[in-house]
Amino acid sequence: MIEAKGLTKRYGATVAVDNLSFEVKPGRVTGFLGPNGAGKSTTMRMILGLDTPTSGEVTIDGQRYRDLHRPLTKVGALLDAKWVHPNRSARSHLRWMAASNKLPKSSVDKALDMVGLTSVANKRAGAFSLGMSQRLGIAGALLGDPEVLLFDEPVNGLDPEGIVWIRTFMHRLADEGRTVLVSSHLLSEMALTAEDLVVIGRGKLIAQSTTQEFVDRASGTTVKVRTPQLDQFAGVLNEQHLATRIEDVEDQGKVLFVEGDLTTDQIGEAAAAHGIVLHELTLQRGSLEQAFMQMTGDSVEYHAHEEIAAVTSLDAPDAAEVAAGPKEDN
Amino acid sequence: MSVIAVERIKLFSTRSPWWCMIIAAVLTVGLSALFLGLAPSEQKLHATITDTQGGAQLSQMVIMVMAALAITTEYRFGTIRTSFQAVPQRAALLLGKTFVVAMLSGLIGVIASFGAWAIGDLVNSSANLAIDSAAEWRLLAGRGLIFALSAVIAVAVGALIRQSAGAIVILLVWPLLVEQLVQLIPKVGDDLNRWAPFTNANSFLFQGQDVGAGGGPGDATSYAMGPWWALLYFAGWAAALMTIALVSASKRDA
Ligand SMILES: Nc1ncnc2c1ncn2[C@@H]1O[C@H](COP(=O)(O)OP(=O)(O)OP(=O)(O)O)[C@@H](O)[C@H]1O
Ligand SMILES: [Mg+2]
Repeated sequence: MIEAKGLTKRYGATVAVDNLSFEVKPGRVTGFLGPNGAGKSTTMRMILGLDTPTSGEVTIDGQRYRDLHRPLTKVGALLDAKWVHPNRSARSHLRWMAASNKLPKSSVDKALDMVGLTSVANKRAGAFSLGMSQRLGIAGALLGDPEVLLFDEPVNGLDPEGIVWIRTFMHRLADEGRTVLVSSHLLSEMALTAEDLVVIGRGKLIAQSTTQEFVDRASGTTVKVRTPQLDQFAGVLNEQHLATRIEDVEDQGKVLFVEGDLTTDQIGEAAAAHGIVLHELTLQRGSLEQAFMQMTGDSVEYHAHEEIAAVTSLDAPDAAEVAAGPKEDN
Repeated sequence: MSVIAVERIKLFSTRSPWWCMIIAAVLTVGLSALFLGLAPSEQKLHATITDTQGGAQLSQMVIMVMAALAITTEYRFGTIRTSFQAVPQRAALLLGKTFVVAMLSGLIGVIASFGAWAIGDLVNSSANLAIDSAAEWRLLAGRGLIFALSAVIAVAVGALIRQSAGAIVILLVWPLLVEQLVQLIPKVGDDLNRWAPFTNANSFLFQGQDVGAGGGPGDATSYAMGPWWALLYFAGWAAALMTIALVSASKRDA
């Protein structure tokens, strides 16, 4: 299990990670979601002891990474596929990694085989395509047969085949009972890959829940209404304190949208009660990405508080306390 | 001692260290052959072992570049992060690297100095170039120690600067220019020069040598201390710089 408590990282004036607390449960794929610059890579570097937190701490099964003995047997990570010397062969790259953790030579061949790089193992890594580099990075992560795996945007820049390969691979790893934390800035990608989500924006925790719960919450429903008595009906609904929005939709003219997770039944009854003619009445699911952008974008401050309250009731009883409380240990 | 195995694999699995080693050895040996082979016969008669070592200073620069690159390329390509991920005990890892690079540099130093002496002896039969004093043994075998310690300094500077060009400029300008130019400072200049690290490395090698036909560096009165103390003093610089580098690498973000 990975556990972050009040994790904070400042680079000069930039606060990259801000009082972040979360847990990554074993035996599942957890998505680490946030827009560009949210602090995902920074958090992952802190998990691996590469960057030192300004305050707070992150532990793996209760131990800080820097205190791990033979860490590659506990945690495997791929943060950047380019972190390989371009003039070194794939095999030599894995050989020195294996030697560093006293892993047998056979582990190198096994890892190469697992990612399908055996035939190019003696080629210089600098000549590899992005997909091959990514596979080499994954081979490095798997070298010590670790329980915990971290991947930072592993599908970035890959072709569809590569994306499917990575996705399948992650599931296989989780099925083997490993803890997998994988970051992404695409909710749609995570919806396919991850069972749990840790969502951050501007370094702050926005939500921690199962993917299903988050998707349900993020993609609220709206009811689409077409009516010749548009303004009149909007007035009626507003009187009942319902939020409405009028938009020009191509080929359909002005269309009324009613927000707030209502059912079409409620709207239809309201129309009948006031003798409104309806041409169309449909339930619409919001776009995932749009909802996600709203949550992590400008409104990040507001949502942070709202969602932290939700988190408290879900599964991290002390998250709100840590996240909202004043910094004591600085 | 897995860190030594790690750094040995790293160093020998890219080509540039091999090139640096070959260039360093060939420079020393080749310049010795040229100098002693092409010298006028009058000069040949008075040639000494010191005269065979003209290329060693240049080789030392090449070795220092190699040593600095061993660490700066890790920062350039991001492999330092993979390294620290595999071995979070950063000081241990960097000491392993320093050990491997220093041993190799020392070996090249010895090969280069004895190689240069042997070729000099071969092309110049008119002077007696036999190694027959302790000072001459110090000059030839001691080159290995100076190369090794210079490599330690270079790794330390590379780890502190983290950037190839910057580290190399410092490592070339410092011994070749800075230590010489400080002499121009009035009053304290000569003392600064006498206490400068690379001046003492040379002092260790050249004190009490028969400078022979080519003329040698400085006269005895300009040395701050005896040769073995000078070596120790130079080693002190290397140790101090390495300590600073290790502390810095352990504290800073990778
Ligand atoms: N070494 C550094 N020095 C200064 N600022 C940094 C450093 N690393 C990250 N930052 C800043 O911290 C913030 C978070 O960056 P980070 O790379 O962690 O985000 P991210 O979520 O991984 O984004 P992306 O999706 O683009 O990879 C950014 O504003 C970034 O500019
Ligand atoms: Mg990132």
